Amino acid sequence: GRARLSHSDPRGWDERGGEEEEEVEEEEVWHQLYPGHIPTSPLQKALLAAGSAVMSLYDPYRHDMVAVLGETTGCLALPNLRDKMKHHPEGYRILQERPRIRLSTLDMSRLRGLPDGSLGREYVRFLEVNKVSPDTRMPPKFVDDEELAYVIQRYREVHDLMHTLLGMPTNMLGEVVVKWFEAVQTGLPMCVLGAAFGPVRLSARKLQVLATELVPWAIRSGLNASCVLNVYYEQRWEQPVESLRDEIGIFPPP
Amino acid sequence: AALWLCRARPLLCPGRGVPRPLRGLAAGPEMHFGFQSVTEEERREKIYQVFESVAKKYDVMNNSMTLGIHRVWKDILVHKMNPSPGTLLLDVAGGTGDIAFRFINYVRSVRERQLQRKLKHHQDLSWQEIFENYQEDKSNSLGDSQVVVCDINREMLKVGKQKAQHLGYSEGLSWVLGNAEELPFDDDKFDVYTIAFGIRNVTRIDLALQEAYRVLKPGGRFLCLEFSHVSNPLLSRLYDLYSFQVIPVLGEVIAGDWKSYQYLVESIRQFPPQEELKAMIEDAGFFKVDYENLNFGIVAIHSGFKL
Repeated sequence: GRARLSHSDPRGWDERGGEEEEEVEEEEVWHQLYPGHIPTSPLQKALLAAGSAVMSLYDPYRHDMVAVLGETTGCLALPNLRDKMKHHPEGYRILQERPRIRLSTLDMSRLRGLPDGSLGREYVRFLEVNKVSPDTRMPPKFVDDEELAYVIQRYREVHDLMHTLLGMPTNMLGEVVVKWFEAVQTGLPMCVLGAAFGPVRLSARKLQVLATELVPWAIRSGLNASCVLNVYYEQRWEQPVESLRDEIGIFPPP
Repeated sequence: AALWLCRARPLLCPGRGVPRPLRGLAAGPEMHFGFQSVTEEERREKIYQVFESVAKKYDVMNNSMTLGIHRVWKDILVHKMNPSPGTLLLDVAGGTGDIAFRFINYVRSVRERQLQRKLKHHQDLSWQEIFENYQEDKSNSLGDSQVVVCDINREMLKVGKQKAQHLGYSEGLSWVLGNAEELPFDDDKFDVYTIAFGIRNVTRIDLALQEAYRVLKPGGRFLCLEFSHVSNPLLSRLYDLYSFQVIPVLGEVIAGDWKSYQYLVESIRQFPPQEELKAMIEDAGFFKVDYENLNFGIVAIHSGFKL
């Protein structure tokens, strides 16, 4: 049985044919490019972008709205990112192999057993300390290109590794810092908006630390670093975090 | 630009040229679920899941999608019903209680006016008599009116009961889990049968109409409030545009659920238009069947009597 709803117009959009026989079997849904894809018109995307922007500010716990905002506004930044990946040997391999960071694909016990300071060990520590899981990332719905859908998925799954590399926790302050870094790195409007509007909910003291130390550092690192999506993290669990930071070009956190 | 228009056609105006299969009469196993083709059983299951998922945000979404106008539609329905105290109402697919609560309010205010008129006539009552009058009438503020809310979906009923508690409705109200196609009630029981925005989701409309006829008393009234068809071409295009472009977006933003609201707007297109529904109601045995368009046919109230 099909538990999912899918938008389908079984007759396609051929108006000239007039009333055609309707498809009895539920074939491939018309222009659904990947599982979970919901095709949208430009007007719908615009409305979604506006609505999700308002809703993410109004209710910061609506992570799905942040995700939707990213998808509907990423039409310039995503192809850019994809091209950066294509032209880099490691990034190219990632696009080919499409690795996913999920609890089912990660060997948590092995990672936990790695030496302190290694990427794997610190990543697991980050997940445990902040009580988060890589499986809570939303799959893309409104990206109208299958490869770009993967790119945005990869960006989401790599977000926790950004936290690890930058040494930032998942509180509001930490998230804003990571958003600044990501905004510079990816150019995604969602990151830019998050970076600009995130701080409105911070206290004055935190804002000061943010403005004087953290954001300048995040921006400098973001500009200096090579594209973070071009790193095949799954093959570098043993690498020490500091060495990886050096390699990418992220300055040590303040 | 033309290419985009073509591609977007199904999104903008899927109503045009979309196959109209069995309108509520299962001639075979194939039925419609929005614009998809499914079996009867699949349809029931899918619709159950839709309402399970929308139940908690049902009222918020209704207000957003219709800009609050759905409240006016429901008020008009109850005013048309014009129930007097002592009426026994069955509200089918009444899930979150909107019609039931309005019915109770209406009957209560009619009753109050009745009492006031009665008291005005008795000019020479002693204080004792007046006091007693108030006492016995207070405990009967609804005048023995009752409403039974019947819904097939547990989640919707749950939300309805919570609302009732929250708003302070308890007297004269009962909640029953049941299927409109096979009602758990005896024949000739109710004075009025209502189904507001529910009949569209019934898989066998003919059976639901037959059941409505069965459980109504002779002289009883059938009232159906449902989305219908807009004949005005300009308005129809605007309505389609709003339905297909805005409503699923509202669903995603407010309820995090695009697909249920996509189903909603598709199911409206698949539902029989005014005249056809009128014929179906007549087929079930009702007399004096008529309909009233609200907002140019976006919504229609169909009415019939069992004689």
